[in-house]
Amino acid sequence: MNPLVGIRIAVILFVVAILQVSAFSSVAIGGGGPDVLLVTLVSIGLLRGAVTGAVTGFIAGLIVDVATLGTLGLTSLLLTITGYWVGRYGETTGQDRSYAPLLATVVATISVGFGGYVVQAMLGEPVSARAILDAFPATLVWNAVLAYPVFRLVRRFVGPSERGDRTREVTVLV
Amino acid sequence: MLGVRVQRPASGKPPSRSASALRRRIVVGLLVVFALVLITFSFRTPDSGPVASAERAAAGALRPFAIAGERVAQPFRDVFGWADSLLSARSDTKRLQAENEALRQQVIQNQFAANDNDKLKALLAFRDGPRFPDDYTGLAAAVIARPTERFVQDVVVAVGSNDGVALDAPVVTADGFLGRVTRVYARSSRVTLLSDEQFAVSALDVRSGATGIVKHGRASASTLIFDRVPKKLKVSIGDTIVTAGWRSSKLASLYPKGIPIGRVTSVGQADTDLWKQVQVESFAGFDRVDAVLVLVLKDDKK
Repeated sequence: MNPLVGIRIAVILFVVAILQVSAFSSVAIGGGGPDVLLVTLVSIGLLRGAVTGAVTGFIAGLIVDVATLGTLGLTSLLLTITGYWVGRYGETTGQDRSYAPLLATVVATISVGFGGYVVQAMLGEPVSARAILDAFPATLVWNAVLAYPVFRLVRRFVGPSERGDRTREVTVLV
Repeated sequence: MLGVRVQRPASGKPPSRSASALRRRIVVGLLVVFALVLITFSFRTPDSGPVASAERAAAGALRPFAIAGERVAQPFRDVFGWADSLLSARSDTKRLQAENEALRQQVIQNQFAANDNDKLKALLAFRDGPRFPDDYTGLAAAVIARPTERFVQDVVVAVGSNDGVALDAPVVTADGFLGRVTRVYARSSRVTLLSDEQFAVSALDVRSGATGIVKHGRASASTLIFDRVPKKLKVSIGDTIVTAGWRSSKLASLYPKGIPIGRVTSVGQADTDLWKQVQVESFAGFDRVDAVLVLVLKDDKK
């Protein structure tokens, strides 16, 4: 990866992670607010592939865990897996699909929401399913609305999709 | 023609797909393992050890950025809060006017009662536990971070052990009781809100003296339950619930007596239940906390 692109991704990630924990997390309309960090991670994963998505997710999660004084590694785990999946989706079936940002954002929001619930429950933390279900629809709508604007913004900063890891050979079946 | 291989035009040399896939899997595997190791260390030794030290140092480094982010967001939050309050301004005004009239009467009666109370205490040489707010110093702090998961009822505030904050210190807002400090770093602390599932506080009904435990409710974040109130005691809608601040021979409540918690919104009881079913609407809005007061006991009361 171009070092300049790496620096840009790091800067975007850091700024968005800080804004997420200090500003966006306090927004609650209809019970929930936007997870701009997740939408940004989805955009980066779609544009730069699975490895960048996973690394980006790990670092983003680490920043969130440190800033919120939470259990270190918990958000990292969720966002690493999400970044990796989104990156693979972008490299394969989501490649050049116009609906890819929206679909990936919706799936990532659902996965992270319920994944977080499961991990917290496994760690023995008391979590209320109701709290998730109350906030979930609003967060899903927020993230879906932000999917395309954030994707375009991120693409402007980090450049178009990376083609290096994609299939270059196809078999003509007709 | 079936099965004919066609090369896509590519600007560079294509990488080996198997090597690329292997590298990809190794990277994600290492990251997942590393995250699991961090979770294990952080969960087992949250306040000591190398991971906790690293987290503490990193939290200190991130603090200025979190404060900057909070300051950038504050005007937008104010505008949002202003717009939101406009919707309920008319009904709020009527309610507050009625409340103001009732409170004015109550203040006069309370002043007489307080004077009598002081005189009687002096006559009896009555010894009492720490009282809120007289025996405490409030450390004002901004909320600088909130968890991204909605089910986690914690916030991070911009004061820490350097400012005198101790573990389990009570935290209030201008409206009422908010929670307690559950993790302390040098310049920041984590506050667990009363709406957290593992949190409860002993409380009493100011009017009737009925005691019980206030804990999170199921309906919404700001709705609490006044639990363990015997059915023979009287609790009415509109009653104010405050912290009980009990003290026994060896143990004492973490929270001083008299911090307002909320107002009773519904009371019920069933024949099969041991306790009353009392719902309380919290005075402190857990959803939108921007600033808090961390209570520190004054030196002469320690």
